[in-house]
Formats: sequence, C-alpha cells, structure tokens
Amino acid sequence: MTEKYNKPDARGHFGVYGGIFVAETLMPAIQELNTAYQHYMEDVEFIAELDKDLQYYVGRPSPLYHAERWSNQLGGAQIYLKREDLNHTGSHKINNTVGQALLAKRMGKTRIIAETGAGQHGVATATVAARLGLECVVYMGAVDVARQSLNVYRMKLLGAKVVAVESGSKTLKDALNEALRDWVTNIDDTFYIIGTVAGPHPYPAMVRDFQAVLGREAKAQCLAQAGKLPDTLVACVGGGSNAMGLFYPFIDDADVKMIGVEAAGDGVETGRHSAPLCAGRPGVLHGNRTYLMSDDDGEIIETHSISAGLDYPGVGPEHAWLKDSGRAQYVNITDDEALGGFYALTRMEGIIPALESSHAMAYVTKLAPTMKSDEIIIVNLSGRGDKDMQTMAKREGIEL
Amino acid sequence: MSRLAATFAELAEKNRKALIPFVTAGDPNPEFTVPLMHAMVGAGVDIIELGVPFSDPMADGPVIQRASERALAHHQSLRTTLAIAKEFRKTNGHTPIVIMGYLNPVEVMGYEKFADAVQAAGVDGVLTVDLPPEEAEECTALLKARGVDPIFLLAPNSSAERVQKMDVIGAGYLYYVSLKGVTGAGHLNAADVEAKLAEIRVNTKLPIAVGFGVKDAETAKVIGNLGDGVVVGSALISQIEANLYSPAQAKMAIIELLTAMRHAMDN
Repeated sequence: MTEKYNKPDARGHFGVYGGIFVAETLMPAIQELNTAYQHYMEDVEFIAELDKDLQYYVGRPSPLYHAERWSNQLGGAQIYLKREDLNHTGSHKINNTVGQALLAKRMGKTRIIAETGAGQHGVATATVAARLGLECVVYMGAVDVARQSLNVYRMKLLGAKVVAVESGSKTLKDALNEALRDWVTNIDDTFYIIGTVAGPHPYPAMVRDFQAVLGREAKAQCLAQAGKLPDTLVACVGGGSNAMGLFYPFIDDADVKMIGVEAAGDGVETGRHSAPLCAGRPGVLHGNRTYLMSDDDGEIIETHSISAGLDYPGVGPEHAWLKDSGRAQYVNITDDEALGGFYALTRMEGIIPALESSHAMAYVTKLAPTMKSDEIIIVNLSGRGDKDMQTMAKREGIEL
Repeated sequence: MSRLAATFAELAEKNRKALIPFVTAGDPNPEFTVPLMHAMVGAGVDIIELGVPFSDPMADGPVIQRASERALAHHQSLRTTLAIAKEFRKTNGHTPIVIMGYLNPVEVMGYEKFADAVQAAGVDGVLTVDLPPEEAEECTALLKARGVDPIFLLAPNSSAERVQKMDVIGAGYLYYVSLKGVTGAGHLNAADVEAKLAEIRVNTKLPIAVGFGVKDAETAKVIGNLGDGVVVGSALISQIEANLYSPAQAKMAIIELLTAMRHAMDN
C-alpha cells in the first residue's frame, strides 16, 4: 500500500459505511463526545494516564503465547494466541472501558450506562465505574440475563444496577436500544460506554483506537518472538471490537491476511445465525450504516448464536468496509464447530476459551493444517471461558 | 405549494393551530387504521402522522414500542403503511399525511424506489427519526423532486446552527421535540417550550409543530398557543392499548380525546 490507512473521514465514514444516524435529540451529546475524544487522544497527560491504567490495572501487555502442542497436533502453521483472556475481568473488553471511563471523568460525567450481551462488557464497565466511583447502569437482554447469570452477579457485586430488557428479542440489540433511550433521557450527566466498534461516530473509531493496543502489542511481540510478521490474523466478530483491535495496526501490512469469524449458529443456510457480513445486507441500525441481518421489509431479524457476545444482527462499519474492499475476509463457524474449538484449546493447551473466542479457535483448526509449518497465525483469545461454565455443563447434561 | 404548506397557510389565515395525531399504521390490526384516519379528520384534525412499524424503535418509549410490536405481529411494514395511505387518499384529497419511521426499511427499499412509492401513495411528508440532516442530502433531494416534504426533528438542545441547517434541508414543518427523552415521557414545561420556540423562530420561517408530552386537552391548548401545531401520539395509542379487545371502543376513545383537544385549542 502506498497510502497510509486513515479511515474514517471527519464525519465517521468508512466508505459508504459508518456515519452518524441518530435522532436529533442525541446529536448534541454525540458532538460533545466527538470533540472530547478528538481532544484527549492528542492529550499527552490523558494518554499517560491511560497507559498507566492499562499496565497496572488491566495487566498489560498480555502475552503472545506460542501454542506449540496444538500447532504440532494440527500439523501446519505455528499458532500464537494473543492472551486477552488474562486481562483483569477476563476479556479484551476492559481495554475500551478503561479508556472511555477516563474520558467520561474528564468530561465531568457522573453516571455511566452500558449495554451487554455475554456480560463481559457489562462487567468491564461496572469494574471501571466502581474504581472511579461513578453510578453505573447496565442494560442486558432478559434472555442473556438468564444464560449469563454469573456475570449478572458479578456486575451487581461491583455496584452496578443491571436492567433486564424485555422488549424485542430480549438480547444484545434490544439492550442497545434501551441504553440509547436512557442516554437520550439523561443526556446531561450520563456517558454511554458502547462496548463494540459500532454505534454512531465517533464510537467505531474510538473503541477501535482503545482496542488497538492489543494489536500493537501482538505485532511487536511477534517480531520479537518469531522474527517476522504473522501471515494470518484470526479473530471472532460479533460487533467486532476484538477483531478491529487486532487488525487495525496491520491494515497497511498488505501481506498479513486478516480473517474475521462470524457466528453461524445452526448454520448460515438455516437462517438461524448471527453472520451479517457473510449472509446479511447493508442497512442502518444503532447509529451507523453497516451489514445487517434484516428481512425484505427492512425489519431486523432475530439472531442466534450459542455465544451471547456474538448474538447481534449488525457489525462494526469498519468491518463492512474491510469486507467490501477485500482487505479482510469473513468466514463463519457453527455452534457445534465452536464447541470443537472450545474443547480443542482446553484439552491441548490447558486454556479454557470463551465461547465467543472458541469460534476463532474452531476456524484455526480448519486453517492451520492448510498452511506451512513456518507460517504464523495469530489468533485473538479475546476472553476466558469461566462465564460459560453453566452453558457448557448444561449442554453436557450436568447440573452445577 | 405542497399540501402541508397549504394547510399551514390556511390555518394561519384563520388564526388556528394544527392538531396532528400520530398513530402506528396497522395497530392493533391492519383493518383499523384507514377508518380511524377518516374518523380523526371528522374530529377536526389537520394533518395525520402515520408511524411505520419497526423492529427496533430506538427513540420511542414503551407505548409506541408496543404499538410497533402489535403491528409487526400482523406483518405490517413500510409497504403496507404506504398502502394504508393510498387507501385513505382514495376518498380524502385534502388532509396531509406524514409518514414517520426509521431509516432501515427505507435503505432496504432503496431511496429512489422509496421516493417514488411515497409520491404514488399520496403521502405529503416524510420524517425519518434516525436520519439527521448530515446524512440526509441524497434522500431529501429525491423527495423534494417529487413534491414530498422532508420533515426534521428539533430538540431542546439543538444549536442555532442546527436549526439553520434544518431550515435549509427541511420543508413542510419542523417537529420540535419538547422533552429530552423518548416518546410518551414526562411532563411539558410550557415556559421552556416558549423560550426555545422564540429562539428557533429567529432561524426559520417554517411552521413548528410541538410534540412529546402532549397528554390531554389542557396541554394541547397550552402548546397550541406556543407552536403552529400540536402532535399527540402516545396518549392516543394508550387508548388502543387500553381497549385491545374492543377496537371500536379504542376508536371512540381516540375520537373523544381529539375532539376535546380540538375544542380546547379553538376556544
């Protein structure tokens, strides 16, 4: 590439995707946020405080771990895991919430709201809110509240109020709707911490920038440990924040392939899935234009995935752009295949991955054997599987 | 002159204010809406806002969300909403219709096809909640070319600069959302509305309809004295919800409320 990647433009567009599609009542708040974000990302003191928190509170850098036994078993590429599961609170989500909470504090906001699917973003938000002494309300679909009760309890322990959302499909998209309604009602004192690279500008760019720390680390670690850049990056994609964090620092490295793994649920052909990039169409939802799962009338379709964190009908607009431009490829993995990835990593490396990350692991089990043994895959282990113990036990018919 | 402009001009001449009901198309069932629209005209309303059911109505409170869910249960959509407008137009050539909804159904239909369909249905104005002026250029140009007015929202915290933007890109009227929050929430503060409308009028000559928080004849009268029109939505839909087993009863209650509002606004 001759030109350095510099998306989005000033209005938040990644090609035709992204932008600001919200009701007028939210526009002033979004402009206020954008001004603050542009200012503080250039502010030396802010960046220093963020770096300090990432190091001493989150526990960064996270290791890049060479999964030798698993690599040998699969008999192809060398697999390196970016260990975001080792972060405080157990996933990559905290990289972003630490950043946005610092921003909220600088903006003088006293109340934090968030949406959550699997509960990882909710926990990461409740955590930073507790640390900064901010009031915290987390919106979570009633279906997710039931299947992620452990994380609900964690959020409550941390002092957050968890609101079970009963409207629509009672999952992540409905939690987002409800959080937007809260924001528009309490706009003066409230900061909305969106957990993924979606939403109106500046969220997709801002969340990516906060998550990019993991990609920058992975790049430096790979060069240090293997002496060269990876050949392929693999990450699961729901909204797509862990994938964007990994991909972003590599976009200008044209030889590094980037593969996002969507949740195929029961299989893309069944219609019961969460794979808008593989099987959706462009549209507008939650403040941005992107690929969505919607019907011929433009109504949003209910999604399905074994992992609550991937159970979302949209995807970050930068992924939509990366797909259309051909810079990244997007594939999909079914619930059953994801379980295969879950067991593989658990048994081969003694690491229990989150069901979300298991989709990426499952794709690696297909991809690695097709590559040469001197080639490198970095796969983002975006979260740990502790939160999924109940789901897994239930599938195995075990009462915990 | 568009049907909306003509309506506001005529009202101004008679020193009256527009009464603008909002109902979700196809709530509680598809057969309910067209007769209701005619009955509302009989009760003295000036413009009708028809809500397009959407699966994810982010700017709406629980009352209008549930209206959307009831209509969607009958597979109501943007296309059926336009069919309802067309049916109404067969026997009413003068009452302006504004459709109000979210952008995704329009995106999926395609802007040009949408603009053609809106014109063919005899719809006079389009308000797309999540399409602010920054992103609206292409869609509004297609609508204006077909004589359809793009209508925009204004909020209590909209800057003068934004009002100027709406004045240029908008037509028909501007819809002032009198509260921070979702539809159906809270109580109006008349003094706040009055002060804000005075500020807005410095930057636009378009008529201003005021909505969000109009619950009864009394608030309709207060708001009617301040703006050029009064929008009432959740209060009407609450009547549908309270009479789900008797749509006829719901219709009667809606007409009663609108009649009382009309009377209060005119006296």
